[in-house]
Amino acid sequence: MKYFLNSWAFQNVLVVLLILLLAWIVMVMRQSEYWRAAFRRVFKRKLARISFVILSIYCVIALLDSVGFNQPLRDTEGQVQCSADTGKVLRDEQGMSLLDYILTPLRASKEKTYSAPFATHQFTKETVMDETGNSSRKYPALKHPRRHLFGTDKVGNDVLYIALKGIRTGMIIGGMTTLLVVPFAILFGVFAGYFGGWLDDIIQYVYTVLSSIPSVLLIMAFMIVYGQGLTQLCVIMGITSWTGLCRVLRGETMKLREMEYIQACEAMGVSKLKIMFSHITPNLMHIVLITAVLGFSGRVLSEAVLSYLGIGVGADTISWGGMINDARMEMARSPIVWWKLFAAFVFMFGLVLPANLFGDALRDALDPRLRTE
Amino acid sequence: MFGYIIRRSLYGFPILLGVNLLLFLLFFYVNTPDDMAETFLGEKHITQEQIDNWKQEHGYALPRFINTAESFPGVITQTIFWQKSMSLFAFRFGRSDQDNSDIGTEILRRIPYSLCITVPVFIFSMMLNLFVAMIVAFYRGTYVDTWVLILCVVMMSISALFYIIYGQMVFSILFKLVPVSGFDSKFPHYFKFLMLPILMGVISSFGGGVRYYRTIFLEEINKDYIRTARAKGLSEGVVLFKHALKNAMLPILTNVVVMIPFLIMGGLLTENFFGIPGLGSYMIDAISRQDFAVLRSMVFLGAFLYVISLVLVDISYTLVDPRIRIG
Repeated sequence: MKYFLNSWAFQNVLVVLLILLLAWIVMVMRQSEYWRAAFRRVFKRKLARISFVILSIYCVIALLDSVGFNQPLRDTEGQVQCSADTGKVLRDEQGMSLLDYILTPLRASKEKTYSAPFATHQFTKETVMDETGNSSRKYPALKHPRRHLFGTDKVGNDVLYIALKGIRTGMIIGGMTTLLVVPFAILFGVFAGYFGGWLDDIIQYVYTVLSSIPSVLLIMAFMIVYGQGLTQLCVIMGITSWTGLCRVLRGETMKLREMEYIQACEAMGVSKLKIMFSHITPNLMHIVLITAVLGFSGRVLSEAVLSYLGIGVGADTISWGGMINDARMEMARSPIVWWKLFAAFVFMFGLVLPANLFGDALRDALDPRLRTE
Repeated sequence: MFGYIIRRSLYGFPILLGVNLLLFLLFFYVNTPDDMAETFLGEKHITQEQIDNWKQEHGYALPRFINTAESFPGVITQTIFWQKSMSLFAFRFGRSDQDNSDIGTEILRRIPYSLCITVPVFIFSMMLNLFVAMIVAFYRGTYVDTWVLILCVVMMSISALFYIIYGQMVFSILFKLVPVSGFDSKFPHYFKFLMLPILMGVISSFGGGVRYYRTIFLEEINKDYIRTARAKGLSEGVVLFKHALKNAMLPILTNVVVMIPFLIMGGLLTENFFGIPGLGSYMIDAISRQDFAVLRSMVFLGAFLYVISLVLVDISYTLVDPRIRIG
């Protein structure tokens, strides 16, 4: 089960679903004048427009990296290999995404080991034999000089390619966790706020217990028991972060419950479920949206820290946290190998900063009084 | 007052019981004592006998909740839940699964090291953040405000990992001003070890802190008493630094007191990077050594401190704001 949940195919289905859901939400929002006006206010800001474009680019790359196929195996002459007895085309076990396909030149330009950005020669010395048979220690020339924007790593892979592959992991952690958090927070928050009484007591108790454990500690305990992996990380981050949103939504529901339009609904005999989900929830969506966007960047940052501490996505998933973890050894070298760390920094910063700016713009447009830390 | 404190503390008990149960489920049902034994023995072909021996040695051989083999007190006390989980309430943390050292002693030994870093970081960053936030609130709506806010967002978008790594690179490797990592508890020496971690801690909390305090101040500034103060002809500086600050103390205090668990638990990253032997590095060691007993104790301790600090928040409200009365 654990392996299935962490399999490439399963995650890809989730990513595609996530993006479809996002598209559906945008479609629904476009129907309502309230949201159209809100987004007009958001997009009046230049920074918000720029951030939105950058975030969209990240989304597209994550999507490209999640749609893929299993390439047929080829022999050395480039002929497609077939199974001897059935005649079926043999396929590579490792899936190849559209992003891999687009980046084939980058993927194929492997070196032997470290090389600095735009270098012509390798970073480390090697013993090379020249034509006369004399061996000497020198920096060998690269196979693909001046091609590596962020240099190459220890096994000669292009760092730019690895950083681009990290986008999918980052987006899954930010996005999938949000997808897990939001329904629970809305459900429990609205139920607790609307019904009150013992239901409220139980829900309050559960989220107080969960939120009284410092989240990094709970994540640690959970990850050490369930082991490293992208899915586990998303689930536990969801468990630690629904409480905050739930608390806010509960309070807001209690306020709304006392408003005239809800009392009118009750007087007219509208069912409780319909009141909760078609009259209260739409009026909470601005809070949900702001929290989701601002929470997104926080989760991308935490992933890096957790992967560094050895309780993150694990070594077989390419992630920015993993890149930083690798860089720990590289920084101790002299002269230091700084480009892998730098690439992770650039790509993370490039995602988190627009997410923060866009979240702020959303908050200012929708609910300037909502206090977010 | 005393009665109130007692009553308020008792409210925390069910919450800690919930935390305790959650930890128990996680560490003894999801991950059974047999799994633990296998992790520790670490060999491929271990016999059931070896597992039983290990469980016996570490006290995991008991039933989980109810021990039917014992008479009255033993029915409850001779169980894993009582001995391993409920004992946390009495701060009997037990022994480490890995090297059999006493966890309680180890925690006490390590707390001062954590405090060495977190207390200065906390004090300096709060002073700096409050000061900058007030300046920004003073110049609200001008380009100072805009640019400081942009700086804050930029600083918030950088992972603390990068601050520490780049800090070490610049100050220790490039300029060789301070040692890269390590700790020396002798008096004048420890400053040079502490300087960089403290600086990095202050920098990484700057963005979020300033923004948070700024919102608090801006909320206060729109209130009626501020308009009255201005109408009296007080200068904007006096209004802000004297009147607004006093009234903003309440939300600031909430934020401050809730930080207590993090003060004691230490900065995980900071301690790990700078090699400071505090509680943060204790936890990281526990993770890498798969030491479940230590981790369980630390999570409970964290939750305990959090609950205590919430009580302190309520008490401090009554001290700061005379309008809040307690029955």
